Amino acid sequence: MRIVEKIKKEDWPAIISRATGVALLLAGVLLAAGLCAATPQDNSVPSIFDSHSTPADSIRNLSLFVLSVTGLIFLVVFSLLTYVVVKFRSRSTDGGREPAQVYGSTQIELAWTIIPILIVVVLFLATARVIHAIQDAPKPAEAVEVTAIGHQFWWEFRYPGLGIVTANELHVPVSDASRPTPTFLRLLSADTDHSFWIPQLAGKTDLIPNRVNEAWLDPHKTGLFLGQCAQYCGTQHAKMLLRVYVDSPEDFKVWVREQQQPANEDGNEAAGRRVFERTACLNCHAINGTNGNGRFGPDLTHLMSRRTIASGAAENNPQTLRQWIQDPDSIKPGSLMPAMKLSDAELDALVRYLETLQ
Amino acid sequence: MSTLATQLPDNSTAWKLPYRGRIGMACLIIAESAIFTIFVVAYLFYAGKSLSGPTPREVLETPIFYTICLLSSSLTVHLAGKLLERGRRGTFLLFWLLTIVLGALFLYGTGQEWHRLIYERGLTISTNLFGTTYYALVGLHAFHVTAGLILLTIVLLFGLAGRVGSEQSARVDVLSLYWHFVDAVWVVVFTVVYILGR
Amino acid sequence: MSSDAIAIQTAEATGQPWVQTLHEWVTTVDHKRLGVLYILYALFFLVIGGIEATIMRVQLMHPHNDFVSPQVFNRMFTMHGTTMIFFVAMPILFGFANYLVPLMIGARDMAFPRLNAFSFWLTAFGGLLLYFSLLGGNGLYGAGNAPDVGWWAYAPLASRAFSPGHSSDYWTIALLVSGFGSIGTAINIIATIVSMRCPGMTLSRMPLLAWMNMVMSGMVLLAISPLTAAQIMLLVDRYLGGHFFDTQAGGSATLWMHFFWIFGHPEVYVLIIPCFAFASEIIPVFSRKPIFGYPVMVGATVCIAFVSMSVWAHHMFTIGMSSYANSFFTITTMAVGVPTGIKIFNWLGTMWGGKIQFKTPMLFCIGFLFQFLIAGLTGIMLASSPFDWQLSGSYFVVAHFHYVIVGGILFALFGAFYYWYPKITGRMLNEGLGKLHFWLFLIGFHLTFDLMHIPGLLGMPRRIYTYEPGRGWDTINFLVTIGTFVQAIGTLVFVANLVISYFKGAKAGNDPWDAWTLEWSASSPPPVYNFASIPRVSSRRPLWDLKHPEDPDSHYE
Repeated sequence: MRIVEKIKKEDWPAIISRATGVALLLAGVLLAAGLCAATPQDNSVPSIFDSHSTPADSIRNLSLFVLSVTGLIFLVVFSLLTYVVVKFRSRSTDGGREPAQVYGSTQIELAWTIIPILIVVVLFLATARVIHAIQDAPKPAEAVEVTAIGHQFWWEFRYPGLGIVTANELHVPVSDASRPTPTFLRLLSADTDHSFWIPQLAGKTDLIPNRVNEAWLDPHKTGLFLGQCAQYCGTQHAKMLLRVYVDSPEDFKVWVREQQQPANEDGNEAAGRRVFERTACLNCHAINGTNGNGRFGPDLTHLMSRRTIASGAAENNPQTLRQWIQDPDSIKPGSLMPAMKLSDAELDALVRYLETLQ
Repeated sequence: MSTLATQLPDNSTAWKLPYRGRIGMACLIIAESAIFTIFVVAYLFYAGKSLSGPTPREVLETPIFYTICLLSSSLTVHLAGKLLERGRRGTFLLFWLLTIVLGALFLYGTGQEWHRLIYERGLTISTNLFGTTYYALVGLHAFHVTAGLILLTIVLLFGLAGRVGSEQSARVDVLSLYWHFVDAVWVVVFTVVYILGR
Repeated sequence: MSSDAIAIQTAEATGQPWVQTLHEWVTTVDHKRLGVLYILYALFFLVIGGIEATIMRVQLMHPHNDFVSPQVFNRMFTMHGTTMIFFVAMPILFGFANYLVPLMIGARDMAFPRLNAFSFWLTAFGGLLLYFSLLGGNGLYGAGNAPDVGWWAYAPLASRAFSPGHSSDYWTIALLVSGFGSIGTAINIIATIVSMRCPGMTLSRMPLLAWMNMVMSGMVLLAISPLTAAQIMLLVDRYLGGHFFDTQAGGSATLWMHFFWIFGHPEVYVLIIPCFAFASEIIPVFSRKPIFGYPVMVGATVCIAFVSMSVWAHHMFTIGMSSYANSFFTITTMAVGVPTGIKIFNWLGTMWGGKIQFKTPMLFCIGFLFQFLIAGLTGIMLASSPFDWQLSGSYFVVAHFHYVIVGGILFALFGAFYYWYPKITGRMLNEGLGKLHFWLFLIGFHLTFDLMHIPGLLGMPRRIYTYEPGRGWDTINFLVTIGTFVQAIGTLVFVANLVISYFKGAKAGNDPWDAWTLEWSASSPPPVYNFASIPRVSSRRPLWDLKHPEDPDSHYE
């Protein structure tokens, strides 16, 4: 019996549809593979396959295994489906008789029950290992401890052991396999649910009010890694961005020392400092060394050590800083910072003062 | 032809399927049980977790008498059903009325307890986690008792008008099934709130 | 023909005023009319939900686009999800169940016709209430607006503190009300199937559509109820000062998640199981063979129903449960893939050795098989907890569930439309337009949802009104949006087909597909009493037995 018989006109639609499906799928797969392979070295594409940290590496390896198994299943079943659709199509030469009426087969049912069960067992065992490896990993003594508090719509980072409070841009040391210095995070929330996600460094973990969660990073490559909040938390969820700077051990020490200093005292900008202290700014913001110890908004003590403001929504330069203070909604509509309605003179003085906060 | 008469070899065994009213009520009971389960889970989850305010041990008094009332009403409604099957309409109405009275007593007891808790002990639904879960769970049950009493009263009125006889036995039976469910829920609520929760 | 003589006269025949026809339809308790009302209602909201989706996709075509504000976008994804699940998928599936179940089991109507009507109007009212929020959502504070807390309304985002005004209340009450409607219909379906099958139709001779709707209804009873309970609790929090989900008072945000997903996961099986039913009726007829492994199909469905009640926290892998909890939900979620896979194999087995006719209903069912396979496999990926720690909350998940809902559920529904439209209206849908619809929709679907997996793998979260350029997401988002327009055109072709064929379609007759279940023995459309005399059956395919008296099914099973 010839498997591929002459294809009739009325059969083309189904066959073409299958071919289109395959083509699209292959295109998709190739595109994906290409994207992953072509991920630029500068970490601008936060691909989960471009991992540079132990938990993310474990997940990547597991995902590739799962993808291979499911890919194989797909190929087998898809080939069967294509075969069936081509071979058993009705033809006008049939004579209009009904085919053999088959009701079932116990052996076949058993076969295609047992094999999937075995596949599930294998996948589960591989998965369970990684779950435990990541979630139950012990914390070494040299680990850096960070408390991350999620706010609408910014990140607060505290290093309790180092006496540092900062916001939105996290600095961690690179970790060497011989002497690991991972960063362990305690995740809390001040308001609604958030989620901490830097794809290249770890899977995501949620920040939930009235609950303490834990996560850890173990990066082995320096650089800037991008992420953002991954649990809808309100209007500006989309711009609650994350920047994680993985520093060399020396750079990290320098950064820590700078962050531990009180605010820069530049007498020239006393006017700006007065604006900060006398208007409502200090209700929400803290600057170490001034009267400002508000915790609703980010700590501004070392504002100029950050490359971005508004949790990554804008670059940190005098123009955007001025714009942000005057009209936050023009950068991040719906953020919880009110428009301060300062006069131009006050605004200029304030910005000049803030620019001194290295 | 609009239908093909599918007359196939006749098997003369009678074709008897369960009464649809019973099945419908059983399904309703399943759904309601799921709702109550969630409230019970919330109650147990929050047991002991209130940050402030009165605790169950401090303020709850076990409503033994009113519980007996409610559970006896299951017995009376069952007896009423049996009497109706036998066509004893008058006695059926008596037991039916007794069921309603016992149920109403239970509701009165709940109301009395809530009055005491609110005005003497300062426990409201917004006081703390215990208050929220307690009033929600007991309140949901009381709501179902009220709904049941309304339905029982409607049947009582029809009965008094002479419209309920042994032909309506199956339907009356469906309603008593609901009433038994309400009582069974109370057994669970009672155990969770007054025994386990303390 | 005699069917006209005993069929109820239509408005055209009697010339009655349109007000009277309207009154008949509004007060009907006939399962067929209620089924049609459900379906038309759902089709209307399908278009609305599609518009909401299109608005979102246009906004996401480019990074930092400003087609709509973040506030509007957030309302769009909330309304889109809520509408599609509760006011499109549920009603349309209940509509088909309502229409078909009594006909397929040889009954004259559902067990409780008035409850049936009441359930429909509850659901319909719920949808209207949800959309009324556009006017009344903000209460006294200003112009109204729709809920914007996502269709899961996570605590504490949906609490009074973070969601002032009434938008979240419209969400809660609309779903509460339509939830009662769903429970009512589920009760009706189960009671009908248990108590009103025609003589000879034992449970093991029932069409698979009846079995699957019975299982689905059982799941509705157990799954909608937790949502009802959670919504009552949310209302207690919002209106009576309760603390069920008030984290400031020691309440738990994760408790809402558990309650919601105990509903949410079985809900998606509630949606897919009737689509399994459509495939199980259509594929055999167009392969000219009985369904392969009927008892296994029933068993697998029941198995899915049970296991799916134990997988819910795979939506919560990232909330910080213990490794043991995560492992448990991983294995149950992977396990539910086994009976699901078995069903795919059984459909393949049905087609094997058959004589496949590529009419439009079958084309959509083949698309369903192919796409549901892929959707199931991406589901297995998401079941692996660590893999999910990367993919959860990203566009990979959005792509996965749209693959199931559009590629699986909607395709099977389209198949069901083309298959049963002749029975419901008495006319055939145009086959040429049907194939055009299929092709357009297939291409658009794959363009959108195949590509959508990729930004998820590249770190793009969901529920964001805009995104940063240069992360590798830009071009793909653009192409995904193009696919949306192609699907929209395909849908327009479908709607045009529905309307044109109603007036100009070829007359269908009783049994245009040469099928085997009881609905095809009634006229098209059936008279209001369905059957002149209640049928009597002795196998799973009563019409096969009649057409092949020398070789009836009753000899074999």
